[in-house]
Amino acid sequence: MAKPMEASVATAGFKEMRVQEALRDALRHEMARDKRVFVMGEDVAMFGGAYGVTRGLLQEFGEQRVRDTPISEAAIVGLAIGAAINGMRPIVEIQFCDLLPLCMDQIVTHAARYYYQTGGKIPVPIVVRSKFGTRAGGGPSHSSCNHGAFIPFPGLKIIAPTTPADAKGLLLSAIRDPNPVLCFESHHLYGVKGPVPDGDYTVPIGVAAVRRAGKDLTIVTCGGMILKVEEAAERLKEKKIDVEIIDLRSLAPLDKETILKSVAKTRRAMVVDEGPIVGGLVAELAAMIQENLFSDLKGPVVRVGAHHLPPPHSGPLVDAMVPGVEKIVGEALRLVAR
Amino acid sequence: MLNTAKRKEMLRTMIKVRAFEEKLNDLFQKKAMFGNPHSYRGQEAIAVGVCSALEKEDLIASYHRGTGHIVAKGADLYRLMCECLGRLDGYSKGRGGKMHMGDLSFGFLGNTGTVGATVPFATGAALAAKIRGSREVAVGFMGDGAMNQGVVHEAMNFAGLWKLPVVYVIENNLYAMTVSMERSVAIKQLAERAAAYGFEGKAIDGNDAELVFDETQRAAEKARKGGGATLLECMTYRWDGHFGGDPGVGYRTREEVEEWKKRCPIMRLKKKLIAAGELTEAEYEKISAAVYQELEEVAVKAQAAALPPAEAEMDGVYAREVAHG
Repeated sequence: MAKPMEASVATAGFKEMRVQEALRDALRHEMARDKRVFVMGEDVAMFGGAYGVTRGLLQEFGEQRVRDTPISEAAIVGLAIGAAINGMRPIVEIQFCDLLPLCMDQIVTHAARYYYQTGGKIPVPIVVRSKFGTRAGGGPSHSSCNHGAFIPFPGLKIIAPTTPADAKGLLLSAIRDPNPVLCFESHHLYGVKGPVPDGDYTVPIGVAAVRRAGKDLTIVTCGGMILKVEEAAERLKEKKIDVEIIDLRSLAPLDKETILKSVAKTRRAMVVDEGPIVGGLVAELAAMIQENLFSDLKGPVVRVGAHHLPPPHSGPLVDAMVPGVEKIVGEALRLVAR
Repeated sequence: MLNTAKRKEMLRTMIKVRAFEEKLNDLFQKKAMFGNPHSYRGQEAIAVGVCSALEKEDLIASYHRGTGHIVAKGADLYRLMCECLGRLDGYSKGRGGKMHMGDLSFGFLGNTGTVGATVPFATGAALAAKIRGSREVAVGFMGDGAMNQGVVHEAMNFAGLWKLPVVYVIENNLYAMTVSMERSVAIKQLAERAAAYGFEGKAIDGNDAELVFDETQRAAEKARKGGGATLLECMTYRWDGHFGGDPGVGYRTREEVEEWKKRCPIMRLKKKLIAAGELTEAEYEKISAAVYQELEEVAVKAQAAALPPAEAEMDGVYAREVAHG
């Protein structure tokens, strides 16, 4: 199957908005277009969502389609599955990805497997939106990055938009996708501004973006770490090191083609993630790259991820746990010097 | 009261449910199936009583002991048997087995092997009906063990809160696998718990098909009219072990099993019909023989059906068509 490489735009122009507003734009657009779409979750209606993403939807679409729920993550997803089987296209918000384990059974064992286990008869088109990102003050249960833990589960699609335009385009694709889609929204990016195409704008799931072209080193990353990687690339430029940045945008399916094409060109690869270095996204990427391009590489694939710790509360502890710009720059210099 | 034709049809379906279980157990004993049967023998009045009271557009969600519900809701026996035997002609092409199916052509939302996991599916299907304003009612079947799963209670709270058109049917066969009810909960009837979610809960004799029919019809009509959820706790007993490899005794006494077998739901309806002059012994034998003969043929055909090719079909994992509204 040929995959669409270009974002589709049927649009009059652009508007400058934050990621948070771009996500809302996608929800509004699709709710107006498709009566099957509805939103539910904790505090999404009257309060407008813990991060304001669903603000105003209740007033615009009414209480049938914008529903505050009790604090019952597993049943929120479970009801979404049932509603999807019965013809709806539910979108649910799970406030923190730390709460996803509460509904993990519903997401990975049921929603993700339903299409397969019914012999291809019953798709489960649900979108589960959740926030990720480690930050001071969140602590062990409000500040996780467990996105990588969902990658091994077949049948699930996972997106992690970084720009406002992608936030709209990817979320719109997710709502229209016949499969369950987990949308990881970074705490660090909700307030980032950028141009967002008006109208029906979709970005295909499963296609990474080359954010910056370079020839010396490929850095593959996702979510909020893009900010640090971009800053590191600027600093490395001052040292005459030309970095190519790949923003995954989708964690499942992974766009291996774009990653491998870039690394084949630069012959050096670093994978940077806010999630743990053990067993998660960076481990998968590093293995995949070296398996395919071992003899082309000028050095080992470098993994830069969070230390294998619970997310801590205090600022200095968080700074020590999550890799910063210095760490990325240092590792890049070491790799290029080999 | 139900008319003769309907009562006879229910009797025939109950025999069909039992015959399917017996044939499946037979194939299991002969090592002709993948995995294990979860016998529904003894509980037939519930699946048949409930499904007979539903309308065509109504939906059911089931669980691991689901073959009874699937047969009663109108599945094709050959395709169901093929699924049990891991054949390509099975409802799930051999990917799911009888614990993992779903087919909306006969109103089957699906089942899974995680106890209680499908109760929110029925609840969510009811939510869809409520949002759309469509007529269908959803039934969530569960065993007594499911009533100790958190997600079941979460879902029931939603149903009470939003007055969803759903009927919860607990098939209380007194044992959660091997652990008896008195060893799992501190109350006598699980139906009491419905009060905590603001809807009616009722414990009934689950071996009385007509009673189950009446109560389901009442609950479904109430749901259709906007009256919200009902919980029916149907008291029953599983004649066999939890799964094929469980003799069903040890944690239960032989006397207890025999005692419950005397309350056979099929015999009960049969006797009623005979007493009412609506059925003769000879007629019953004829109906029963025809059903068992059908199962015999289904089993032969299913055993001869093709297995899926030994390839990892990644194509089947993601749904491909992008549905636009």
